[in-house]
Amino acid sequence: MGMKTFDQLDETLHYEELANGLKVYVLEKKGFNKTYATFTTHYGSVDNHFKPLGKDENVKVPDGIAHFLEHKLFEKEHGDVFQDFSKQGASANAFTTFNRTAYLFSTTGDVKKNLTTLIDFVQEPYFTEKTVEKEKGIIGQEIRMYDDNPDWRVYFGLIENMYHHHPVKIDIAGTEKSIAKITKDDLYECYETFYHPSNMILFIVGPVDAKDILNFVKDNQSQKTFKEKEPIERFFDEEPQTVAKSKKVIEMTVQTPKCYMGYKEATPNRQGKELMKHELSVNLLLEMMFGKSSPNYEILYDEGLIDQTFSFDYTEENGFGFSMLGGDTGSPDEFVERISGMVESFKQQTIDENSFDRARKKKIGAFLRSLNSPEFIANQFTRYAFNKMDLFDVIPVFESLTVRDVEHVLQNHFKKEVMTVCQVQKKKS
Amino acid sequence: MVNHKKTNLHGMTVHTIETKKYKTTSFILQVKEPINEKNVTKRALLAYVLQSGTKDFPSSKELRSALDDLYGATLNADLSKKGENQVISIRMEVANEKFLSNSEPVLDKAFHLLSQVLLAPALEGDVFKEGIVKKEKRSLKQQIESIYDDKMRYANKRLLEEMYDSEPYRLNVYGNGDEVDSITSKELFDYYQDVIKNDKIDLYVIGDISTDEMVDKVSKHFRFSKDRNEDEANAVNAADEKRISEVKEIFEEQDVQQGKLHMGYRTYTTYADDDYFALQVFNGIFGGFSHSKLFMNVREKESLAYYAASRFESHKGAVFVMSGIETANYEKAVKIIKEQHDEMKKGNITESEFEQTKAMINNQVLETIDHPIGLSEVLYHNVVAGTDRSIEEWMEGIKKVTKDDVVAVAKKVTLDTIFFLKGAGKNGNENV
Repeated sequence: MGMKTFDQLDETLHYEELANGLKVYVLEKKGFNKTYATFTTHYGSVDNHFKPLGKDENVKVPDGIAHFLEHKLFEKEHGDVFQDFSKQGASANAFTTFNRTAYLFSTTGDVKKNLTTLIDFVQEPYFTEKTVEKEKGIIGQEIRMYDDNPDWRVYFGLIENMYHHHPVKIDIAGTEKSIAKITKDDLYECYETFYHPSNMILFIVGPVDAKDILNFVKDNQSQKTFKEKEPIERFFDEEPQTVAKSKKVIEMTVQTPKCYMGYKEATPNRQGKELMKHELSVNLLLEMMFGKSSPNYEILYDEGLIDQTFSFDYTEENGFGFSMLGGDTGSPDEFVERISGMVESFKQQTIDENSFDRARKKKIGAFLRSLNSPEFIANQFTRYAFNKMDLFDVIPVFESLTVRDVEHVLQNHFKKEVMTVCQVQKKKS
Repeated sequence: MVNHKKTNLHGMTVHTIETKKYKTTSFILQVKEPINEKNVTKRALLAYVLQSGTKDFPSSKELRSALDDLYGATLNADLSKKGENQVISIRMEVANEKFLSNSEPVLDKAFHLLSQVLLAPALEGDVFKEGIVKKEKRSLKQQIESIYDDKMRYANKRLLEEMYDSEPYRLNVYGNGDEVDSITSKELFDYYQDVIKNDKIDLYVIGDISTDEMVDKVSKHFRFSKDRNEDEANAVNAADEKRISEVKEIFEEQDVQQGKLHMGYRTYTTYADDDYFALQVFNGIFGGFSHSKLFMNVREKESLAYYAASRFESHKGAVFVMSGIETANYEKAVKIIKEQHDEMKKGNITESEFEQTKAMINNQVLETIDHPIGLSEVLYHNVVAGTDRSIEEWMEGIKKVTKDDVVAVAKKVTLDTIFFLKGAGKNGNENV
């Protein structure tokens, strides 16, 4: 069993990689009632072209299959696993992102019983033609719910604009048409390939005894047999650095237009510390340029171009990366003009040490605050680990950043040529 | 379970919760008044004006910079409706200095800042700064309009308007968009003075703190005028709620992909009542969880929806059902939902539905109090309802509920209004 202490944060993380390749992490949180566990596979909506385990030929699978599989894994021959958790006083859930699928529960009761349920249900797939068909109605309604959601549409529309080929541009849930094609055999094939323990992380956070929990998990895994682990081969088409489309307008029944703009990352292939440093630098820069205490924010707010819904973020992994800024705005075109102008003029100035320090302090404070949340720790730790980063390095990496790092991303990431815009406008009747 | 102490100071109640669980200290100010047509919009605007500047930091930018300097302390004001009350919540969270590499005394500064937000706003002459009021008016209007864009929230708002057409509960907590423009800085400031003088104010401080020290700091920083009215305004009694003779059915059509079905029930039971616990269990069995009757029957058995759930409002005593369905499935979905209620009235509740629900509620409460805001919300119920229930008593109350109690509550619960936002045509035509 390994152990890592983070003195500054007063946290100790226990971990172990089991014989079958599964990585298990336990973070003890004394004084909390809740234990939260996530069982996550490094497999998401972008993994649609790959070599199935034990086969020679590559396959392309229907859009939305990772998410469909997430839904279907809950159903077993004896019924629905949700019910098992419920009976044990736990609430379960799951989510699918671009590159991971997480299954989780939280409980204030019997941790081991629920942990067994979690591990076992994810490791015992049960798909039939009948249950696969039934799910299509439910997911169809989920897709429609998102179709009516202007925030989702504008967010996804922006990503679609950026990419020519990369599957990050495909909606995570797919379309009603694409999911209609999914069969139980497709689900098994994806499952076999991506749900191998060596491609997964189990993270448990709560008032538990780490050693005891690790032994318990080890015991559970030693009773099961898995195929030999093989490296997973995923295929992605060459993605140009340019954006696929520089502007898109979606008409919907809204009263307030929405506008997002983003910059596509030219070299989204970092991992580990390099990725963390880059991500934190861009986010820090965004905070300096457009955070609530920035002169720009004040101007935009004064002019009525933004309101409380304005937000920004940078994300990068698995061959895609982008920053985005946006929210509700009365004048979407003016919004774009002003923001891009502000970015350009920021490039002309020297970065002020004081505002750099202030933004960094703010980011460190926000990170500390998020460590109050077991959900944040488990979810983010896993995301970081899949990209070979360590969540608990965030503060030291922030502290190591310099004005030069921020200047570098300012000149290299925020390029006018790779900017794109997506707007939701009021439908003309 | 929770080390909760109350101290009365100048007509403000200070609630301190000493705990080592968090890496931050949380402050939550709750300012409560019965919701009413005359002030609802002003009050919403006031919440946003207060968080936009103080005497020492007279612009949003200066205030936000001061917060950033406090290691990114957060400050936000928000509004909620708790029963017939409109509550302004001002929340602030600061890092515990012991986790910062260069220890700085952030706590004292935080107290000062929070007290300024409430008691020393940014003024121009004798009224709120015109510039701030103007900006926040625009932002508030946009916020009210944005409800229309989120169809789930919109349907919920419409349901309340129809269901409570002659009661204050129909009012939107963010006020009325048409009224925003006409509010002057003077009017708003007069209203503010009234709030500071008469509203019920509670402050929660949660973290690795000492009560004595906190009470000391509060007395130092929060100074109210001598004529502050310390008596609580009349609590509104929800028990004499309207009886229902006929279910109202309201349809509206919009160009959306999915119909939004929202149903409102009166329960004639609120937080202060003895059968409140039975209502909790009722809601859990009906639609509160993924094992509930609504989820199982509307989603799992019939594949009609992605979500079908119910929630309840503790202080108004209402249960709201919501589901997103195909427009053509309206009759079928309503029928199934009504049937689930009928089953409960008849006592058709399985042992496992009953036990699972109790276990889940227990779990939910324990999880909620793991979070500082959740904890303050749970404790604040007592202030709103005028009760004094500890969390232990609360959980004991759930434990004691019998199936007969649930059936009795199910019989009291009455469907009042159905609001259905129908879909029409194709949505979202793209063009470049």
